[in-house]
Amino acid sequence: MFKKDISAGAKSKVKSSAQRAIRSKVLEEYPKLEPYIEDILPKKEQLDLVKLPDRVSLYTLNSTPLFFQHMDDALLPHLTLVHKYPTAFHRLRIDRGAIRFVLSGAALMAPGMTSPGGRLPSKDLSPEDQERYGTEDLEAGTVVVIEAEGKETACMVGVLKMGTGEMREKKKGQACEAGHYLGDGLWSMAL
Amino acid sequence: MADTLPIKVTYCGVCTLPPEYCEFGGTTKKCEEWLADKHPDMHQKLYSQEALAQNLSSLSVEAQKRAEKDAVKKANKAATAEKREAETRASSKIIIKRIERNKRKYVTAVSGLEAFGLDIKKVSKDFGKKFATGASVTKLPGGGEEITVQGDLSEDIEEFLVKTYKEVPEDNIELVEDKKKTKGEKAAANVPAQ
Ligand SMILES: [Zn+2]
Repeated sequence: MFKKDISAGAKSKVKSSAQRAIRSKVLEEYPKLEPYIEDILPKKEQLDLVKLPDRVSLYTLNSTPLFFQHMDDALLPHLTLVHKYPTAFHRLRIDRGAIRFVLSGAALMAPGMTSPGGRLPSKDLSPEDQERYGTEDLEAGTVVVIEAEGKETACMVGVLKMGTGEMREKKKGQACEAGHYLGDGLWSMAL
Repeated sequence: MADTLPIKVTYCGVCTLPPEYCEFGGTTKKCEEWLADKHPDMHQKLYSQEALAQNLSSLSVEAQKRAEKDAVKKANKAATAEKREAETRASSKIIIKRIERNKRKYVTAVSGLEAFGLDIKKVSKDFGKKFATGASVTKLPGGGEEITVQGDLSEDIEEFLVKTYKEVPEDNIELVEDKKKTKGEKAAANVPAQ
């Protein structure tokens, strides 16, 4: 989504009614952010909307990027927000070999997660991994955070193109729509 | 873990990624030096022998080779870019020109700063503060920008530049004079003064 370098377009203030709508949309999509929502989207502070290329909107608070959205699609968290609140999102893990592909902007493929180094939600995971990656399969269209084997922090945010059950079965194909990854145009953009 | 949110993540001062991802960029060596300097504890964890060995062991032999080749390519690319930048720097000159406006009234124009990675607007502000005088930035027709300062300050500016911005070597600064000249003098002025 942000393979090329981008520069921020026009910045405008978000109306308080729209700000409330964003807040409830965020909570609907990421209920686990509830305890922290007042820190992330304080009611009394002014949220800004920054226009990005290709009809992407970025919401920022005092120049801190929070969520971005393509047209009226799901609100996706910026990776710096994911790094602050990792447990609030659905997480998957890629194996070490897939990291460099993800960081160069390649489409995320299912084998990167069905291999021994990858993790998909499952009841067969170790208790520790169950805690982290969950036990219930995720459907296509779910917003997921991609972590990596041997790493603490996430390297990508995206929307599933294929359910995790189907991935486990087929072990091939594109797993995720192009999203936001470490070092991409959104990450490097100056605000 | 859930009760200690938000997590404060450290980001690399060189490549901006979390330091555990520095190994995938082209500036790994610089990143490592930065981490060793700023966060020695983290550096020890990420760059210990065991950590490096473990990184490799989880890759197949073929993938290791690919990764190595990739790393070399990236490092080379970064090195070439750096070298090119250093070369432009070495061959670039900052010109400090004394211009006579009226009899005994001068302005000083400074150009060529951008080749040294300086923020022209900021330098202009610094000049204004340092010399308590008007300083303004104008675009040059041939590209680049020029700072114009009120007064005859050529030597003071040279000294200030060398002292304040360590990226500017003294040898790359040239002082020139722009008097209201006759044709003959103009031709002579084109020969660089030593
Ligand atoms: Zn780095």
